[in-house]
Amino acid sequence: MRKYIFKRLLLVIPTLFGAAVLVFIMLRLIPGDICEIRMAGDGGMFDQTAIDTCRVEMGTNKPMLTQFVDFVWGLMRFDFGTSMWTGQPVLSEVALRFELTLQVAIMATIIGVIIAIPLGIISAVRQNTWLDYMVRGFSIAGIATPAFWLGLMIIIGLLVSTQHFLGKPWMPPITYIPIWEDPFYNLSMLIWPTVATGYRYSAVVTRMTRSALLEVLREDYVRTARSKGLWEKAIIWRHALKNALLPVVTIIGLEFAFLMGGLVVTEQVFNLNGIGKLFIESVLNNDYTMTQSLVMLVVMIFVMVNFAVDIGYAWLDPRIRYN
Amino acid sequence: MKSIRRKAVCTALAAIAFGISAATSGAAETPKRGGILEFVVPDEPPSFDGHREGTFALIHPVGPYYSLLIRINPENPSSLTDFVCDVCVGKVPAPTDDNTTYTFKIRGDVKFHTGEKLTAQDVVATYKKIISPPEGVRSQRRQMYSMVESVNAPDDSTVVFKLKFASNAFIPALASPFNWIYQKSVLDKDMHWYEKNINGSGPFIFKEREAGAFMRGERNPDYHHKGLPYLDGIKAIFAKKESLRVQAIRGDRAAIEFRGFPPAARDDLVKALGKEITVQESVWNCGVSFVPNHKRKPFDDVRVRRALTLAVDRWGGSKYLSKIAIVKTVGGITYPGHALSPTNEEMQQIAGWWPDIKKSRAEARRLLKESGADLSKEYLFLVRGVDQPYKIVGTWLVDQWKQVGINFRQETHPSGPYYNILRQTKEFDVSTDASCNYVVNPLVDVTKYLSADRSSLQYGQYIDRDVDAAYDKMIRLADAKEQRKLMLDITKLTLDTHANQFSILWWHRIVPHRSYVKGWKISPSHHANQHLDNVWLDK
Repeated sequence: MRKYIFKRLLLVIPTLFGAAVLVFIMLRLIPGDICEIRMAGDGGMFDQTAIDTCRVEMGTNKPMLTQFVDFVWGLMRFDFGTSMWTGQPVLSEVALRFELTLQVAIMATIIGVIIAIPLGIISAVRQNTWLDYMVRGFSIAGIATPAFWLGLMIIIGLLVSTQHFLGKPWMPPITYIPIWEDPFYNLSMLIWPTVATGYRYSAVVTRMTRSALLEVLREDYVRTARSKGLWEKAIIWRHALKNALLPVVTIIGLEFAFLMGGLVVTEQVFNLNGIGKLFIESVLNNDYTMTQSLVMLVVMIFVMVNFAVDIGYAWLDPRIRYN
Repeated sequence: MKSIRRKAVCTALAAIAFGISAATSGAAETPKRGGILEFVVPDEPPSFDGHREGTFALIHPVGPYYSLLIRINPENPSSLTDFVCDVCVGKVPAPTDDNTTYTFKIRGDVKFHTGEKLTAQDVVATYKKIISPPEGVRSQRRQMYSMVESVNAPDDSTVVFKLKFASNAFIPALASPFNWIYQKSVLDKDMHWYEKNINGSGPFIFKEREAGAFMRGERNPDYHHKGLPYLDGIKAIFAKKESLRVQAIRGDRAAIEFRGFPPAARDDLVKALGKEITVQESVWNCGVSFVPNHKRKPFDDVRVRRALTLAVDRWGGSKYLSKIAIVKTVGGITYPGHALSPTNEEMQQIAGWWPDIKKSRAEARRLLKESGADLSKEYLFLVRGVDQPYKIVGTWLVDQWKQVGINFRQETHPSGPYYNILRQTKEFDVSTDASCNYVVNPLVDVTKYLSADRSSLQYGQYIDRDVDAAYDKMIRLADAKEQRKLMLDITKLTLDTHANQFSILWWHRIVPHRSYVKGWKISPSHHANQHLDNVWLDK
């Protein structure tokens, strides 16, 4: 096992390097220049020498190879540089937002799992009954509904309903306060995006739980357990569900990693100052250093989550050994 | 359906009328002290240095921390010529020495937020950084000060600007809302200090920033305009998404967004909140235009370019587009209503502005036929990928041109790739364009239309020495009447005779805000009048 963990950790290095090369090249393929966006973007007057000075400042006038070497050398020293847009260190910009994104991802995962596992079980156990149809309808709607649209509907719904019932429109706060400073304020802001993303999350996990459990319930050992007269709840919870959870855990892990870097639109809708919002702004501003660092961060999260999921397999199914 | 729409329009108009009357009556009300003004800003400032940036996203959250030498009169911001002293004494001085010397007396009671006194030396250091920055220091608007020969401080309370030639463009350029006064001692140590730090002498003192989220400031008790500001503090909340900003005002998470909303957002807010919303509107000092690529066939032919402008029904567009987009006023290349700008009657003599669109389009078809342009081909129309107003106006333009038989394929690109095409690869036939200026200053604003080797903002790649010569003559004239005549010549040459590039409509600024926000008055520029020292909350 230790050898396996060591091997997996070593594999992280070429993965990160490959991602670094890809992101560097792809970003340079996008046409545009941060200095021109900054100066000409507002349609106002600007001086050409100011653009030239800006390029020197940003280092975009350097040869591509030099820029790449600087980037990789920085990565090796965990020095991500400064944001080309704000001039602030990338790490401090990311750290500020990481806390919020992590909280939303954890809350969405909790909501998703709490809803999805019981619904998936009910749907599988009561296959082809009205309960199953309802759960399937609920989960298909969840997959089909974009989280940002649901978010917009939640905000408008809150505004309209509070104005109707309380006489004054209310909407969730739009600036973040950490949960340990003001839990009520924090939750009144984050519960809504959590619901919007958690719904889609739960839909995916429900579908996976249902299909995995249905497959397991048809296995010989489940039939044997039933023929021995074992209590149905024990068959499902103790024997079937644990085995069915393997693909479910994979999905939960991937969805969690996706939430850590992929809440691009939902964060905009609720004005959450998270990683996703920073991502989109960096891309739109042609902020190479920030975008590169964020991509590397998301790659690292995916690698680590997959690693944790693999380790989790061994715990769920003791037959799995990593030799 | 029609009656619902009519009702909505009536509600909106009633609220606008209410807003205007409230704004007028607001002047008579006694301001109340206290409260925090929370407002939303669509973007985050790239740095904190006003001299090197050009975005309102810096002015709105950071402007209230700084003072200016002179500024637009906050009590009369809709005026295009009413400038008042901020850190100088009395009125804006009249020029001496054949209109080439301006002498400003600096107030003795202005203090930086660090407690140190602001002197004439600070003003001089500031303007030297703006006009002639040292190598490696960016100054975005230095070319606005090409008339300045020197700026000096003979003593700690006097600043003298000497001009190379008399210029009516100087005072409006001086009033640029970006010309924040910095401290000489700080600049002497580090010219880049203000990029990441804030230390002004404005009505509010910077307290806190959370990157990407908000900036917060508190009242400056030592502010040099006694009794001001009325507010205890300000909080600028960054919110990229327009729908969220609208809902934030509706849900009272923010009281105002100073840039401006489209008409639909105004109508929604008015419908939802009635009297709790006040709407202020103004012609915006931004114009949307289109520019043909003079290096590409058939747009190298003046007849084809004239046909393009003749096809566009600006008077009709003003009526209908203004219902869905932030454009309204028909005008030329300079701000409509300015003393130097052509009147509507004068504009109606220019091709493309004729009141009879049928006659215009008939002439356009004739010119296209005469030029032999290939009308079976689809030409490339580059559009900036921003809804308001570019994508909406872009779609409308394609239809306008189709009506005279010339077809365009619309290509929409986000700002980065759009500017890359416009400024680097130049692979377009016709493109949307815009000019958006900080203060109304036609003598500076028209530099965009000079030859490509003289203007970094001109994307048509044309050389027009007639326009250059008229401009060079105009800029050195002191007589406003003569200047106006030459400005009309430049307008005619650019839009009609040489058909270089074409304005379409001027933007329309709509600022719906919570009615408890008092004292703030809309100006034609979303950069100007953002000190917020005279703003108060009627709560």
